[in-house]
Parts: sequence; C-alpha cells; structure tokens
Amino acid sequence: MAKKKNKQLTPTQQQYQRLANAHEPKRPVAVNCLRAFWVGGLICLLGECIRQAFIHFADMSEKEAANPMVAILVIISVLLTSFGVYDKIAQWAGAGTAVPVTGFANSMASTAIEHRPEGLVLGVGAGMFQLAGSVIVFGTVAAFIIGIIYAVFVPGYAGGGH
Amino acid sequence: MLKGHQSWVFENKPKIISTATVVGPFEGQGPLAEDFDIIHADLYMGQDSWEKAEKTLLEESAQLAIKHAGLTKEQIQFYFGGDLMNQIISNSFAARTLSIPYIGMFGACSTSMETLAMAAYVVNSGGAKHVVAGTCSHNGSVEKQFRYPTEYGSQKPPSAQFTVTGSGSAVLSPEGDGPSVTSATIGKVIDMGITDPFNMGAAMAPAAVDTIQAHFRDLQIEPSHYDLIVTGDLSKVGYAIANDLFVRHNFPIKQTTYQDCGMMIYDYETQQVQAGASGCACSAVVTYGHLLNRMKRGELKRILVVATGALLSPLSYQQGESIPCIAHAVSIEA
Repeated sequence: MAKKKNKQLTPTQQQYQRLANAHEPKRPVAVNCLRAFWVGGLICLLGECIRQAFIHFADMSEKEAANPMVAILVIISVLLTSFGVYDKIAQWAGAGTAVPVTGFANSMASTAIEHRPEGLVLGVGAGMFQLAGSVIVFGTVAAFIIGIIYAVFVPGYAGGGH
Repeated sequence: MLKGHQSWVFENKPKIISTATVVGPFEGQGPLAEDFDIIHADLYMGQDSWEKAEKTLLEESAQLAIKHAGLTKEQIQFYFGGDLMNQIISNSFAARTLSIPYIGMFGACSTSMETLAMAAYVVNSGGAKHVVAGTCSHNGSVEKQFRYPTEYGSQKPPSAQFTVTGSGSAVLSPEGDGPSVTSATIGKVIDMGITDPFNMGAAMAPAAVDTIQAHFRDLQIEPSHYDLIVTGDLSKVGYAIANDLFVRHNFPIKQTTYQDCGMMIYDYETQQVQAGASGCACSAVVTYGHLLNRMKRGELKRILVVATGALLSPLSYQQGESIPCIAHAVSIEA
C-alpha cells in the first residue's frame, strides 16, 4: 500500500514527505499504552464492582447482573459526555476510554448532541450512528463469521441452540 | 499594479481605517486577550447551534468594524468574506443581515488575506470608497464538519491543531487614518502529497514558503524590508518545516523576524492545543487585533502577513486525496 502510494508521488513530493516525517512529533506510544491499560482496566474494575453490588445487594444471578451493570456504565459515560468531560479524559487516556463500552456510549451521545440542531429525526436519530454505525455493522458481520466457524468446528453445537 | 508574476503593488495605498475582532472564551484565556474587542463567555454566543454561533461572530465583527470607522453600513459599497463552512454559509448568512453588496470567497484559512487583498485591489483601483473584508471560524462547527463531534473522545496526535473561535473584519478606504495595504501576492495551489488531516502544518508549509519567495522575487526586495513576517496557521510543526525549507532554499529569512499566528494565540503551557491554532479566524484576529495594535504603538512599521489555507473537504480526504494548500501574502505598512 505504502509503495503503491509512493509511486504516484513525484520525486520532489517524496523528498518533502521525508522532511515532513522528520519534523512530525512522535506520538508517545509507550506512555499512551500504559495509560490506556490502566484507565481501561479501571473502567472494567468499576464495572465489576457494580456487578458484584447487584449480585450481593439486589439478589441477582451473575448473568442477570451483567445487563444493569452495562446500563450504569453507559449512563455514566453519557453524563460525562454531556458535561463535556469525557473528551478531556479521552485525550489523556486514549484507547483506555475508547475500547470499553463507555467509548461506544460516548460515540453515540456525542454525535447525538452534535446533530441536535438538525432536528430529532435527521439530526439525533440518523446522526447518532455516524460513528457507532460502522462498529455495529462490522461487529455483527464478525459475530456472524465467528458463529459459522463455531458451528462447523464445535461438535454438537449446530443443532443444540440455547 | 501588476508586479512580477503574481503580485500587486497598490500605489494609491488603501488604508485600513478600522478593524474589529471577536473571539470565544478559550481565546480570551490566551496571551492575546487584551487585543480583542469582544470576548464571548459562551461558546454558543447565545445561539442554538455552532453554525449560527459562527455567523453571529462575523456579524458582530463586521458591524463593530463599521462602527469603529464612524460609518454606517449604507456607506459601505462591498463586503468581501469567506469561511470554512460548506457553501460559506457563515458569511453568506451574515451578509444577509448586513445587507451590503457581497462577494463571497473561499480560500480556507487563507481567506483572511485573500479578502484583504481583493478589498485593497478594489479600493486601490477606485472601485469603491469603503469596503469591508471579513472572515470567521468556530471550533465547534469546524470540528463537526471536518473531524469528529466536539464531545467525542478521540485522542488527537501532537501534530493536530485547534481551530480558533473568532472573527476579524477590516474596513478599507482610499483615505483616512491607519496603516496602508501596500502590496499583495496571490499564491498558487501547492500539493506535496500530505494526506493526514491531523498534520495540516506540514501540508501548508510548502505553500507558505512558495508564496513568500514569490513575493520577494516579484517585488525585488529583501526580507529585511519587513520588521515582521507572519504565516497564518502553520503552528509548531509547519513553522519548523517552513524554517527548514527557507534554509534549504537559501532564502535569507534570518534578516527579519519570522513568526506564526498559530503559535501566538494560545498558551501552550496551560491550554491543550497540541501543535497550535488554525482556522480562518486565526490569522484574522491576530493580524487585525494584535499586530495592528503593535503597529499603532509604533513597535512595527512594515509587516507581511501570509495566510495559509488547506483546501481539502471532508469527502476528499476520505477518498484518499492529498491536501492541496495555498497561501496569500499581504503587506501592511504604517
């Protein structure tokens, strides 16, 4: 891909790209990874605490507690997005706040807020999937493929269902 | 008039008889706060969308500049303006409010000097007695159109720039008090194949260098003619590249002071702006506010403002196109 791209560039452009690359500030990859790791972990820990609370105080089974736990994380994320805090945390934490379910909630809430002036139907309704839409599409496609692999290679699964 | 290949010399010396700058809250926290006429506390400017807020900024700066000149809008013959929004709606809608005969222009962030050059040309050639040149940008509307929603949690790389919320307008007249617009160099589109919209400085630097060199070649003067040369919004990355290119081209930029508006408006220590500022308003508010104030105080006699623009659209970079850039230079002398 990179080679193909380079072929279309003139020698002057290629020379300039080398110069520009030399001047581009390096992204602090190691620091970003560390921050993403512990912030992401912290969000998961918070989720686990909420789940344990549902199990112990609301008499739910482990499976039942999962859904309300996700709902609470989503609500927290939407609130932080609405108060204009989530993007500030994300600039610092990077993938740590993007990968967990809170990042998905943020992508929907932020686009919904952004497109509110365009109305409820074409603004909020259509706009909120601007970023999340591709996650849903590719998530579903990936799940479908994994499902087929599972059905073919795990004996007794295909007819079983649950 | 025409000098060299792509420059105009304005022998009648049209004057900038007044200016006005309006900015948002974040710019008001920066080091140039005292140079702005209005600092809004509310990023929405009392409107219900970013786009309407941007239009309001421009209406205010244009009306204030006309008021500063002691004129009424009926005395203005033409308004030259442009912005970053699709179909330059901020300017067209503000022109609806102003009801001044309107020429809409687009040069992305180079619009500030593009409009000033055209306004000076019209005044210089006797085409008008009073002309307004204005431009604006808004962080929210630009992020929404070109990048991600304002509240979306994506990590910006260190080369990214922060769009200035603000607007700057100037009133030009053949006579009156104020600095003169003495020449302008219209840039050509330069594309060095940069595709990363988070590295605009690197994309625009070659255009700025090309226009600056063309300016001195056309006018047959040396950089020492000016007390200060400023580029519009190259910011840290582009500024370093431009300096590097000047050295490689053996261009004697060291004869004068060379700065970048994108590195002047925010405080890198306390404000999270990565490489610096960008947007149409960046060079407009720095020039019409800060730099003209310095000229008024006598600290600067002759300056060359080189506004830089990246002529991409959200669709063009999604389709893998590189970023074509342009720069226009205007010289202002006390």
